[in-house]
Amino acid sequence: MSGPVLEMAGVTRRFRKGGGLLGGKSFAAVDNVSFTLPEEPCVSSIVGESGSGKTTLARMLLRLVKPTEGSIRVLGKPVHGSEGERMSDQEFRRSVQPIFQNPFEAFSSYLPVVDYLRATAKNLEVAKGPKDIDAVVDQALLSVGLSLERIEGKFIRQFSGGELQRISIARALIPKPQLIVADEPVSMVDASLRMSIINIFERIKDEQEISFVYITHDLSTAYYLSDHVSIMNRGRIIESGTPADVLDNPAESYTRDLMDAVPRVTERWPEIEEIKARQQGKEATQVPG
Amino acid sequence: MIEVKDVVLGYGSRAFITAVDGATMSVGHNEIVGIAGESGSGKSTLIRAMYGDFSTGLRMTSGRITATFPGREPVDCHDMRKTWWSDISYVPQGSMSVLNPLMKVHKQLVDGLPKSKRKGSRQAIRRDLESFLAGLDLDPSVLDAYPHQLSGGMRQRVLVAVASYVEPHLILADEPTTALDVVVQKRILLMLVEIQRRLGNSLVFVSHDLGVHYQIADRLIIMYEGKAVEAGPTDEIFANPKHEYTQRLIGSLPKLGTRSSNATSLRRAGS
Repeated sequence: MSGPVLEMAGVTRRFRKGGGLLGGKSFAAVDNVSFTLPEEPCVSSIVGESGSGKTTLARMLLRLVKPTEGSIRVLGKPVHGSEGERMSDQEFRRSVQPIFQNPFEAFSSYLPVVDYLRATAKNLEVAKGPKDIDAVVDQALLSVGLSLERIEGKFIRQFSGGELQRISIARALIPKPQLIVADEPVSMVDASLRMSIINIFERIKDEQEISFVYITHDLSTAYYLSDHVSIMNRGRIIESGTPADVLDNPAESYTRDLMDAVPRVTERWPEIEEIKARQQGKEATQVPG
Repeated sequence: MIEVKDVVLGYGSRAFITAVDGATMSVGHNEIVGIAGESGSGKSTLIRAMYGDFSTGLRMTSGRITATFPGREPVDCHDMRKTWWSDISYVPQGSMSVLNPLMKVHKQLVDGLPKSKRKGSRQAIRRDLESFLAGLDLDPSVLDAYPHQLSGGMRQRVLVAVASYVEPHLILADEPTTALDVVVQKRILLMLVEIQRRLGNSLVFVSHDLGVHYQIADRLIIMYEGKAVEAGPTDEIFANPKHEYTQRLIGSLPKLGTRSSNATSLRRAGS
Protein backbone atom coordinates (compact mmCIF):
# COMPACT_ATOMS: atom_id res chain seq x y z
CA MET A 1 0.00 0.00 0.00
CA SER A 2 1.29 3.43 -0.78
CA GLY A 3 -0.11 6.91 -0.76
CA PRO A 4 -2.76 8.40 1.48
CA VAL A 5 -5.60 6.21 2.78
CA LEU A 6 -8.16 8.93 2.20
CA GLU A 7 -8.17 12.14 0.19
CA MET A 8 -11.09 14.56 0.17
CA ALA A 9 -10.90 17.57 -2.11
CA GLY A 10 -13.47 20.36 -2.11
CA VAL A 11 -16.29 18.06 -1.04
CA THR A 12 -19.66 19.77 -0.92
CA ARG A 13 -23.11 18.35 -0.40
CA ARG A 14 -26.17 20.49 -0.91
CA PHE A 15 -29.70 19.67 0.14
CA ARG A 16 -32.84 21.42 -0.94
CA LYS A 17 -34.80 23.06 1.80
CA GLY A 18 -38.54 23.66 1.61
CA GLY A 19 -40.41 25.25 -1.27
CA GLY A 20 -42.29 22.20 -2.58
CA LEU A 21 -41.50 20.33 -5.76
CA LEU A 22 -39.77 22.96 -7.82
CA GLY A 23 -38.98 25.90 -5.60
CA GLY A 24 -36.92 26.10 -2.47
CA LYS A 25 -33.42 27.08 -1.62
CA SER A 26 -30.46 24.80 -1.39
CA PHE A 27 -28.12 24.83 1.54
CA ALA A 28 -24.76 23.17 1.90
CA ALA A 29 -24.70 20.58 4.69
CA VAL A 30 -21.04 20.02 3.91
CA ASP A 31 -19.28 22.96 2.36
CA ASN A 32 -15.96 22.64 0.53
CA VAL A 33 -14.26 20.19 2.89
CA SER A 34 -10.79 18.91 2.07
CA PHE A 35 -8.61 16.66 4.12
CA THR A 36 -6.19 13.80 3.81
CA LEU A 37 -5.41 10.81 5.97
CA PRO A 38 -1.76 9.84 5.59
CA GLU A 39 -0.49 6.38 4.78
CA GLU A 40 0.46 5.46 8.34
CA PRO A 41 -2.48 4.50 10.58
CA CYS A 42 -3.97 7.34 12.57
CA VAL A 43 -7.16 8.52 14.19
CA SER A 44 -8.61 11.68 12.73
CA SER A 45 -11.57 13.17 14.59
CA ILE A 46 -14.28 15.37 13.23
CA VAL A 47 -15.91 17.27 16.06
CA GLY A 48 -19.00 19.42 15.81
CA GLU A 49 -22.43 19.96 17.30
CA SER A 50 -25.71 18.64 15.89
CA GLY A 51 -26.38 20.02 12.45
CA SER A 52 -22.75 20.82 11.71
CA GLY A 53 -22.70 18.35 8.83
CA LYS A 54 -20.49 15.70 10.37
CA THR A 55 -22.87 12.82 9.75
CA THR A 56 -23.44 13.87 6.13
CA LEU A 57 -19.67 13.84 5.75
CA ALA A 58 -19.50 10.34 7.22
CA ARG A 59 -22.25 9.15 4.90
CA MET A 60 -20.33 10.47 1.90
CA LEU A 61 -17.19 8.65 3.06
CA LEU A 62 -19.27 5.48 3.27
CA ARG A 63 -20.73 5.96 -0.18
CA LEU A 64 -24.23 6.31 1.23
CA VAL A 65 -24.64 9.88 -0.04
CA LYS A 66 -23.14 11.34 -3.20
CA PRO A 67 -21.28 14.63 -2.97
CA THR A 68 -22.67 17.49 -5.06
CA GLU A 69 -19.15 18.67 -5.81
CA GLY A 70 -15.61 17.55 -5.12
CA SER A 71 -13.99 14.17 -4.97
CA ILE A 72 -13.31 11.50 -2.36
CA ARG A 73 -10.58 8.95 -2.97
CA VAL A 74 -9.76 5.90 -0.90
CA LEU A 75 -6.33 4.34 -1.56
CA GLY A 76 -6.11 6.51 -4.66
CA LYS A 77 -9.37 5.32 -6.21
CA PRO A 78 -12.53 7.41 -6.50
CA VAL A 79 -15.34 6.44 -4.12
CA HIS A 80 -18.13 8.01 -6.15
CA GLY A 81 -18.82 8.12 -9.85
CA SER A 82 -20.23 5.81 -12.49
CA GLU A 83 -19.93 2.03 -12.23
CA GLY A 84 -16.76 1.78 -14.32
CA GLU A 85 -14.69 4.61 -12.92
CA ARG A 86 -15.25 4.21 -9.18
CA MET A 87 -13.78 1.59 -6.91
CA SER A 88 -15.78 -1.65 -7.20
CA ASP A 89 -18.35 -2.35 -4.48
CA GLN A 90 -16.50 -5.39 -3.27
CA GLU A 91 -13.16 -3.59 -3.03
CA PHE A 92 -14.77 -0.59 -1.34
CA ARG A 93 -16.41 -2.72 1.34
CA ARG A 94 -13.17 -4.51 2.00
CA SER A 95 -11.29 -1.23 2.38
CA VAL A 96 -13.77 0.95 4.26
CA GLN A 97 -16.07 -0.22 7.05
CA PRO A 98 -18.64 1.64 9.14
CA ILE A 99 -19.47 1.67 12.82
CA PHE A 100 -22.71 3.46 13.62
CA GLN A 101 -24.06 5.20 16.67
CA ASN A 102 -26.78 2.83 17.74
CA PRO A 103 -25.82 -0.85 17.64
CA PHE A 104 -29.42 -1.84 18.43
CA GLU A 105 -30.44 -0.38 15.08
CA ALA A 106 -27.45 -1.76 13.21
CA PHE A 107 -28.53 -5.38 13.65
CA SER A 108 -31.99 -6.86 13.14
CA SER A 109 -33.69 -8.25 16.22
CA TYR A 110 -34.88 -11.32 14.27
CA LEU A 111 -31.47 -12.80 13.47
CA PRO A 112 -28.75 -14.02 15.80
CA VAL A 113 -26.10 -11.30 15.79
CA VAL A 114 -23.36 -13.71 14.82
CA ASP A 115 -25.10 -14.32 11.46
CA TYR A 116 -24.13 -10.80 10.44
CA LEU A 117 -20.49 -11.50 11.17
CA ARG A 118 -20.54 -14.77 9.24
CA ALA A 119 -22.32 -13.07 6.32
CA THR A 120 -19.70 -10.32 6.27
CA ALA A 121 -16.89 -12.86 6.11
CA LYS A 122 -18.69 -14.83 3.41
CA ASN A 123 -19.90 -12.00 1.21
CA LEU A 124 -16.61 -10.15 1.26
CA GLU A 125 -14.82 -13.42 0.45
CA VAL A 126 -12.56 -13.13 3.46
CA ALA A 127 -12.83 -16.85 4.11
CA LYS A 128 -14.24 -19.92 2.37
CA GLY A 129 -16.02 -22.81 4.04
CA PRO A 130 -17.77 -22.73 7.42
CA LYS A 131 -14.66 -23.61 9.41
CA ASP A 132 -12.55 -20.82 7.98
CA ILE A 133 -15.40 -18.36 8.36
CA ASP A 134 -15.81 -19.27 12.03
CA ALA A 135 -12.08 -18.88 12.57
CA VAL A 136 -12.10 -15.39 11.03
CA VAL A 137 -15.16 -14.36 13.06
CA ASP A 138 -13.67 -15.69 16.27
CA GLN A 139 -10.41 -13.87 15.59
CA ALA A 140 -12.24 -10.57 15.07
CA LEU A 141 -14.26 -11.08 18.26
CA LEU A 142 -11.13 -11.87 20.24
CA SER A 143 -9.63 -8.51 19.35
CA VAL A 144 -12.57 -6.77 21.06
CA GLY A 145 -12.47 -9.04 24.09
CA LEU A 146 -15.31 -11.38 23.08
CA SER A 147 -15.43 -14.80 21.44
CA LEU A 148 -17.59 -16.74 19.03
CA GLU A 149 -18.58 -19.09 21.81
CA ARG A 150 -19.90 -16.22 23.92
CA ILE A 151 -22.16 -14.72 21.29
CA GLU A 152 -23.23 -17.81 19.32
CA GLY A 153 -27.00 -17.98 18.86
CA LYS A 154 -27.78 -14.82 20.83
CA PHE A 155 -30.05 -11.99 19.69
CA ILE A 156 -29.48 -8.27 20.19
CA ARG A 157 -31.67 -7.99 23.27
CA GLN A 158 -29.43 -10.46 25.05
CA PHE A 159 -26.50 -8.06 24.90
CA SER A 160 -25.78 -4.81 26.67
CA GLY A 161 -25.17 -1.70 24.55
CA GLY A 162 -21.45 -1.86 25.23
CA GLU A 163 -21.16 -5.52 24.22
CA LEU A 164 -23.19 -4.97 21.09
CA GLN A 165 -21.05 -2.01 20.09
CA ARG A 166 -17.96 -4.19 20.53
CA ILE A 167 -19.59 -6.78 18.27
CA SER A 168 -20.17 -4.14 15.59
CA ILE A 169 -16.50 -3.19 15.86
CA ALA A 170 -15.59 -6.87 15.43
CA ARG A 171 -17.82 -7.05 12.35
CA ALA A 172 -16.05 -4.06 10.85
CA LEU A 173 -12.67 -5.71 11.45
CA ILE A 174 -13.50 -8.91 9.56
CA PRO A 175 -12.36 -7.80 6.07
CA LYS A 176 -9.24 -6.16 7.58
CA PRO A 177 -10.11 -2.73 6.16
CA GLN A 178 -7.68 0.16 5.82
CA LEU A 179 -10.22 2.66 7.10
CA ILE A 180 -13.05 2.56 9.63
CA VAL A 181 -15.55 5.39 9.72
CA ALA A 182 -17.08 5.55 13.20
CA ASP A 183 -20.04 7.91 13.52
CA GLU A 184 -20.66 8.69 17.22
CA PRO A 185 -19.71 5.16 18.24
CA VAL A 186 -19.80 5.78 21.98
CA SER A 187 -22.53 8.35 22.48
CA MET A 188 -25.07 5.62 23.27
CA VAL A 189 -22.70 3.78 25.56
CA ASP A 190 -22.45 4.27 29.32
CA ALA A 191 -19.83 6.64 30.63
CA SER A 192 -18.11 3.87 32.56
CA LEU A 193 -17.83 1.68 29.46
CA ARG A 194 -17.05 4.47 27.01
CA MET A 195 -13.37 4.47 27.75
CA SER A 196 -13.03 0.71 27.26
CA ILE A 197 -14.38 1.11 23.71
CA ILE A 198 -12.13 4.07 23.02
CA ASN A 199 -9.17 2.00 24.18
CA ILE A 200 -10.19 -0.79 21.80
CA PHE A 201 -10.00 1.68 18.90
CA GLU A 202 -6.56 2.70 19.90
CA ARG A 203 -5.34 -0.89 20.20
CA ILE A 204 -6.80 -1.80 16.82
CA LYS A 205 -5.09 1.16 15.22
CA ASP A 206 -1.70 0.07 16.56
CA GLU A 207 -2.04 -3.70 16.20
CA GLN A 208 -3.99 -3.99 12.96
CA GLU A 209 -2.79 -0.75 11.34
CA ILE A 210 -6.27 0.54 10.61
CA SER A 211 -7.00 4.25 10.32
CA PHE A 212 -10.10 5.78 11.85
CA VAL A 213 -12.28 8.71 11.02
CA TYR A 214 -13.86 9.32 14.42
CA ILE A 215 -16.95 11.48 14.26
CA THR A 216 -18.16 12.81 17.58
CA HIS A 217 -19.47 15.72 19.58
CA ASP A 218 -17.50 14.61 22.61
CA LEU A 219 -14.36 16.67 22.90
CA SER A 220 -12.84 14.72 25.76
CA THR A 221 -12.72 11.38 23.93
CA ALA A 222 -11.58 13.15 20.73
CA TYR A 223 -8.76 14.75 22.67
CA TYR A 224 -7.83 11.47 24.28
CA LEU A 225 -7.84 9.33 21.15
CA SER A 226 -6.98 11.36 18.09
CA ASP A 227 -3.81 12.20 16.28
CA HIS A 228 -5.61 14.91 14.35
CA VAL A 229 -8.74 16.92 15.13
CA SER A 230 -10.97 18.91 12.79
CA ILE A 231 -13.65 21.21 14.18
CA MET A 232 -16.71 21.41 11.99
CA ASN A 233 -19.27 24.20 12.09
CA ARG A 234 -22.07 24.87 9.59
CA GLY A 235 -20.65 22.44 7.06
CA ARG A 236 -17.12 23.80 7.08
CA ILE A 237 -13.96 22.68 8.80
CA ILE A 238 -13.04 25.83 10.65
CA GLU A 239 -9.97 24.63 12.46
CA SER A 240 -7.75 21.57 12.42
CA GLY A 241 -4.48 20.24 13.77
CA THR A 242 -3.19 18.08 16.59
CA PRO A 243 -5.46 17.93 19.65
CA ALA A 244 -2.99 19.98 21.62
CA ASP A 245 -2.91 22.73 18.97
CA VAL A 246 -6.63 22.90 18.39
CA LEU A 247 -8.08 22.20 21.80
CA ASP A 248 -5.50 23.76 24.08
CA ASN A 249 -5.08 26.90 22.03
CA PRO A 250 -8.22 27.32 19.97
CA ALA A 251 -7.95 30.10 17.44
CA GLU A 252 -11.67 30.21 16.64
CA SER A 253 -14.21 31.51 19.10
CA TYR A 254 -16.52 28.65 18.14
CA THR A 255 -13.94 26.10 19.27
CA ARG A 256 -13.54 28.00 22.54
CA ASP A 257 -17.32 27.91 23.06
CA LEU A 258 -17.29 24.16 22.47
CA MET A 259 -14.48 23.69 24.96
CA ASP A 260 -16.23 25.85 27.55
CA ALA A 261 -19.45 23.88 27.26
CA VAL A 262 -17.88 20.57 28.24
CA PRO A 263 -19.15 19.67 31.72
CA ARG A 264 -15.88 19.07 33.53
CA VAL A 265 -15.41 17.53 36.92
CA THR A 266 -12.61 19.84 37.91
CA GLU A 267 -14.08 23.33 37.63
CA ARG A 268 -17.63 24.68 37.54
CA TRP A 269 -19.01 27.00 34.95
CA PRO A 270 -18.95 30.55 36.28
CA GLU A 271 -22.63 30.93 35.28
CA ILE A 272 -23.64 28.14 37.68
CA GLU A 273 -21.60 29.61 40.51
CA GLU A 274 -23.19 32.97 39.78
CA ILE A 275 -26.80 31.71 39.82
CA LYS A 276 -26.24 29.75 43.01
CA ALA A 277 -24.46 32.63 44.75
CA ARG A 278 -27.14 35.12 43.71
CA GLN A 279 -29.95 33.04 45.19
CA GLN A 280 -28.02 32.38 48.36
CA GLY A 281 -27.62 36.15 48.75
CA LYS A 282 -31.38 36.59 48.38
CA GLU A 283 -32.15 34.02 51.03
CA ALA A 284 -29.78 35.67 53.45
CA THR A 285 -31.57 39.01 53.05
CA GLN A 286 -35.02 37.40 53.25
CA VAL A 287 -34.45 35.86 56.65
CA PRO A 288 -33.12 38.67 58.82
CA GLY A 289 -32.36 37.33 62.27
CA MET B 1 -39.67 16.74 50.37
CA ILE B 2 -39.55 13.10 49.37
CA GLU B 3 -38.45 10.05 51.35
CA VAL B 4 -37.52 6.74 49.78
CA LYS B 5 -37.25 3.88 52.26
CA ASP B 6 -35.98 0.33 51.55
CA VAL B 7 -37.72 0.31 48.21
CA VAL B 8 -37.72 -2.80 46.04
CA LEU B 9 -38.94 -2.19 42.51
CA GLY B 10 -39.15 -4.43 39.49
CA TYR B 11 -40.99 -5.41 36.37
CA GLY B 12 -43.21 -8.29 35.32
CA SER B 13 -45.90 -10.25 37.09
CA ARG B 14 -44.90 -13.91 36.73
CA ALA B 15 -41.14 -13.57 36.58
CA PHE B 16 -40.32 -10.56 38.70
CA ILE B 17 -37.16 -8.83 37.54
CA THR B 18 -35.70 -6.66 40.25
CA ALA B 19 -34.46 -3.26 39.11
CA VAL B 20 -34.14 -1.46 42.43
CA ASP B 21 -33.16 -3.63 45.35
CA GLY B 22 -33.61 -1.89 48.66
CA ALA B 23 -32.78 1.74 47.97
CA THR B 24 -33.04 4.41 50.64
CA MET B 25 -32.60 8.12 50.00
CA SER B 26 -34.19 11.46 50.65
CA VAL B 27 -34.55 14.80 48.91
CA GLY B 28 -34.75 18.01 50.90
CA HIS B 29 -36.24 21.42 50.14
CA ASN B 30 -34.52 23.79 47.75
CA GLU B 31 -31.81 21.54 46.45
CA ILE B 32 -30.62 19.83 43.30
CA VAL B 33 -30.06 16.12 43.74
CA GLY B 34 -28.29 14.13 41.05
CA ILE B 35 -28.67 10.37 40.72
CA ALA B 36 -25.68 8.78 38.99
CA GLY B 37 -25.03 5.21 37.91
CA GLU B 38 -24.66 3.09 34.82
CA SER B 39 -27.45 1.66 32.65
CA GLY B 40 -29.23 -1.06 34.52
CA SER B 41 -28.38 0.34 37.95
CA GLY B 42 -32.03 1.20 38.52
CA LYS B 43 -31.82 4.98 38.43
CA SER B 44 -34.58 5.51 35.85
CA THR B 45 -36.84 2.98 37.58
CA LEU B 46 -36.38 4.76 40.89
CA ILE B 47 -37.26 8.15 39.45
CA ARG B 48 -40.35 6.69 37.76
CA ALA B 49 -41.50 5.30 41.09
CA MET B 50 -40.87 8.67 42.74
CA TYR B 51 -43.12 10.17 40.09
CA GLY B 52 -45.70 7.46 40.84
CA ASP B 53 -45.82 6.19 37.29
CA PHE B 54 -46.68 2.51 37.69
CA SER B 55 -48.23 2.22 34.24
CA THR B 56 -46.08 -0.27 32.34
CA GLY B 57 -45.59 -3.26 34.58
CA LEU B 58 -43.52 -1.47 37.20
CA ARG B 59 -44.24 -2.87 40.66
CA MET B 60 -43.11 -2.02 44.14
CA THR B 61 -42.91 -5.08 46.35
CA SER B 62 -41.68 -3.52 49.58
CA GLY B 63 -40.64 -0.25 51.15
CA ARG B 64 -42.34 3.10 50.73
CA ILE B 65 -41.95 6.42 48.98
CA THR B 66 -43.64 9.39 50.60
CA ALA B 67 -43.71 12.96 49.42
CA THR B 68 -44.49 15.90 51.69
CA PHE B 69 -45.36 19.04 49.80
CA PRO B 70 -45.77 22.33 51.68
CA GLY B 71 -49.33 22.79 52.96
CA ARG B 72 -50.43 19.24 52.13
CA GLU B 73 -50.80 15.88 53.79
CA PRO B 74 -47.98 13.44 52.97
CA VAL B 75 -48.66 11.63 49.70
CA ASP B 76 -47.80 7.99 49.02
CA CYS B 77 -46.22 7.36 45.62
CA HIS B 78 -49.23 5.32 44.48
CA ASP B 79 -51.38 8.43 44.89
CA MET B 80 -48.79 10.75 43.38
CA ARG B 81 -50.87 10.98 40.21
CA LYS B 82 -53.16 13.49 41.95
CA THR B 83 -50.29 15.91 42.35
CA TRP B 84 -48.96 15.65 38.80
CA TRP B 85 -48.52 19.00 37.15
CA SER B 86 -49.36 20.89 40.29
CA ASP B 87 -46.86 19.84 42.96
CA ILE B 88 -44.69 17.57 40.88
CA SER B 89 -43.64 17.56 37.25
CA TYR B 90 -41.47 15.43 35.05
CA VAL B 91 -39.01 16.10 32.24
CA PRO B 92 -38.68 12.97 30.10
CA GLN B 93 -35.65 11.99 28.08
CA GLY B 94 -36.86 11.59 24.50
CA SER B 95 -38.44 14.86 23.53
CA MET B 96 -39.44 13.50 20.13
CA SER B 97 -41.43 10.61 21.50
CA VAL B 98 -43.37 12.55 24.12
CA LEU B 99 -44.57 15.51 22.09
CA ASN B 100 -47.50 14.80 19.78
CA PRO B 101 -46.18 15.24 16.24
CA LEU B 102 -49.60 16.27 14.89
CA MET B 103 -50.26 19.11 17.31
CA LYS B 104 -48.71 22.52 17.57
CA VAL B 105 -46.67 23.01 20.71
CA HIS B 106 -49.03 25.66 22.05
CA LYS B 107 -52.07 23.39 22.06
CA GLN B 108 -50.15 20.59 23.76
CA LEU B 109 -48.96 22.91 26.48
CA VAL B 110 -52.37 24.37 27.23
CA ASP B 111 -54.01 20.92 27.21
CA GLY B 112 -51.49 19.70 29.74
CA LEU B 113 -51.98 22.52 32.22
CA PRO B 114 -53.92 21.93 35.44
CA LYS B 115 -57.34 23.61 35.77
CA SER B 116 -56.00 26.30 38.09
CA LYS B 117 -53.64 27.48 35.38
CA ARG B 118 -56.25 27.36 32.63
CA LYS B 119 -58.45 30.09 34.07
CA GLY B 120 -59.02 33.18 31.98
CA SER B 121 -59.23 33.74 28.27
CA ARG B 122 -57.14 31.89 25.70
CA GLN B 123 -55.37 35.13 24.86
CA ALA B 124 -54.45 35.73 28.48
CA ILE B 125 -53.03 32.23 28.87
CA ARG B 126 -51.14 32.68 25.64
CA ARG B 127 -49.70 36.02 26.79
CA ASP B 128 -48.71 34.49 30.10
CA LEU B 129 -47.00 31.55 28.37
CA GLU B 130 -45.19 33.88 25.99
CA SER B 131 -43.78 36.03 28.74
CA PHE B 132 -42.79 32.95 30.71
CA LEU B 133 -40.92 31.50 27.72
CA ALA B 134 -39.27 34.85 27.04
CA GLY B 135 -38.03 34.83 30.64
CA LEU B 136 -36.29 31.55 29.84
CA ASP B 137 -34.76 32.95 26.66
CA LEU B 138 -37.11 30.99 24.40
CA ASP B 139 -38.70 32.66 21.42
CA PRO B 140 -42.53 32.72 21.69
CA SER B 141 -42.69 31.51 18.07
CA VAL B 142 -41.96 27.97 19.33
CA LEU B 143 -45.59 27.89 20.45
CA ASP B 144 -46.76 27.93 16.83
CA ALA B 145 -44.37 25.24 15.67
CA TYR B 146 -44.96 21.54 15.25
CA PRO B 147 -42.45 19.42 17.19
CA HIS B 148 -40.58 18.33 14.03
CA GLN B 149 -39.90 21.96 13.17
CA LEU B 150 -37.83 22.36 16.31
CA SER B 151 -34.36 20.97 16.85
CA GLY B 152 -33.78 18.33 19.52
CA GLY B 153 -32.31 20.87 21.88
CA MET B 154 -35.17 23.31 21.37
CA ARG B 155 -37.75 20.59 22.02
CA GLN B 156 -35.99 19.60 25.20
CA ARG B 157 -35.95 23.22 26.37
CA VAL B 158 -39.68 23.44 25.66
CA LEU B 159 -40.23 20.37 27.86
CA VAL B 160 -38.18 21.89 30.67
CA ALA B 161 -40.17 25.10 30.33
CA VAL B 162 -43.48 23.22 30.49
CA ALA B 163 -42.40 21.29 33.55
CA SER B 164 -41.53 24.47 35.40
CA TYR B 165 -44.43 26.66 34.18
CA VAL B 166 -46.77 25.17 36.78
CA GLU B 167 -44.24 26.12 39.49
CA PRO B 168 -44.14 22.67 41.07
CA HIS B 169 -42.46 21.91 44.37
CA LEU B 170 -40.57 19.04 42.82
CA ILE B 171 -39.22 18.58 39.29
CA LEU B 172 -37.99 15.14 38.25
CA ALA B 173 -35.83 14.86 35.15
CA ASP B 174 -34.67 11.61 33.56
CA GLU B 175 -31.49 12.15 31.54
CA PRO B 176 -32.64 15.63 30.47
CA THR B 177 -29.63 16.30 28.25
CA THR B 178 -28.47 12.91 27.01
CA ALA B 179 -28.05 12.75 23.22
CA LEU B 180 -27.64 16.52 22.95
CA ASP B 181 -24.37 18.15 22.06
CA VAL B 182 -22.39 20.04 24.64
CA VAL B 183 -23.36 23.58 23.68
CA VAL B 184 -27.08 22.82 23.84
CA GLN B 185 -26.58 20.71 26.94
CA LYS B 186 -24.95 23.60 28.77
CA ARG B 187 -27.87 25.88 27.95
CA ILE B 188 -30.40 23.39 29.28
CA LEU B 189 -28.41 22.77 32.45
CA LEU B 190 -28.14 26.49 33.12
CA MET B 191 -31.86 26.77 32.53
CA LEU B 192 -32.59 23.97 35.03
CA VAL B 193 -30.44 25.55 37.73
CA GLU B 194 -31.86 29.01 37.10
CA ILE B 195 -35.44 27.71 37.38
CA GLN B 196 -34.75 25.65 40.47
CA ARG B 197 -33.08 28.50 42.31
CA ARG B 198 -35.73 31.00 41.23
CA LEU B 199 -38.60 28.80 42.42
CA GLY B 200 -36.68 27.54 45.44
CA ASN B 201 -38.09 24.07 44.83
CA SER B 202 -36.31 20.73 44.47
CA LEU B 203 -34.90 19.14 41.37
CA VAL B 204 -34.00 15.48 41.12
CA PHE B 205 -32.29 14.41 37.92
CA VAL B 206 -30.80 11.23 36.56
CA SER B 207 -27.71 11.26 34.39
CA HIS B 208 -24.87 8.90 33.63
CA ASP B 209 -22.57 11.83 32.90
CA LEU B 210 -20.60 12.68 36.01
CA GLY B 211 -19.55 16.00 34.48
CA VAL B 212 -23.19 17.08 34.46
CA HIS B 213 -23.56 16.08 38.10
CA TYR B 214 -20.46 17.96 39.11
CA GLN B 215 -21.70 21.10 37.38
CA ILE B 216 -25.22 21.37 38.77
CA ALA B 217 -25.96 18.93 41.61
CA ASP B 218 -25.83 20.14 45.21
CA ARG B 219 -26.02 16.58 46.41
CA LEU B 220 -25.20 13.35 44.65
CA ILE B 221 -26.58 9.82 45.01
CA ILE B 222 -24.68 6.95 43.42
CA MET B 223 -26.71 3.92 42.35
CA TYR B 224 -25.08 0.56 41.78
CA GLU B 225 -26.84 -2.76 41.19
CA GLY B 226 -30.18 -1.40 42.36
CA LYS B 227 -28.90 0.16 45.59
CA ALA B 228 -28.03 3.69 46.56
CA VAL B 229 -24.46 2.96 47.58
CA GLU B 230 -23.29 6.45 48.36
CA ALA B 231 -24.86 9.85 48.98
CA GLY B 232 -23.52 13.22 50.01
CA PRO B 233 -22.63 16.74 48.92
CA THR B 234 -21.27 16.69 45.36
CA ASP B 235 -17.92 18.21 46.24
CA GLU B 236 -17.33 15.71 49.03
CA ILE B 237 -18.09 12.71 46.83
CA PHE B 238 -15.77 13.92 44.09
CA ALA B 239 -13.01 14.76 46.55
CA ASN B 240 -13.32 11.63 48.64
CA PRO B 241 -15.34 8.82 47.03
CA LYS B 242 -15.95 6.09 49.60
CA HIS B 243 -17.63 3.23 47.76
CA GLU B 244 -15.45 1.14 45.50
CA TYR B 245 -17.79 1.63 42.52
CA THR B 246 -17.77 5.42 42.93
CA GLN B 247 -13.98 5.38 42.99
CA ARG B 248 -13.93 3.36 39.80
CA LEU B 249 -16.49 5.66 38.15
CA ILE B 250 -14.59 8.81 38.98
CA GLY B 251 -11.28 7.20 38.09
CA SER B 252 -12.49 6.15 34.63
CA LEU B 253 -13.33 9.66 33.42
CA PRO B 254 -11.44 10.95 30.42
CA LYS B 255 -10.45 14.39 31.52
CA LEU B 256 -10.25 17.00 28.84
CA GLY B 257 -6.60 17.68 28.33
CA THR B 258 -5.42 14.17 29.08
CA ARG B 259 -4.17 11.91 26.33
CA SER B 260 -3.91 8.19 26.28
CA SER B 261 -0.35 7.41 27.32
CA ASN B 262 0.13 5.35 24.21
CA ALA B 263 -0.81 8.19 21.86
CA THR B 264 1.48 10.60 23.64
CA SER B 265 4.43 8.27 23.41
CA LEU B 266 3.73 7.69 19.72
CA ARG B 267 3.63 11.38 19.07
CA ARG B 268 6.94 11.84 20.85
CA ALA B 269 8.50 9.04 18.86
CA GLY B 270 7.20 10.60 15.66
CA SER B 271 8.28 14.17 16.26
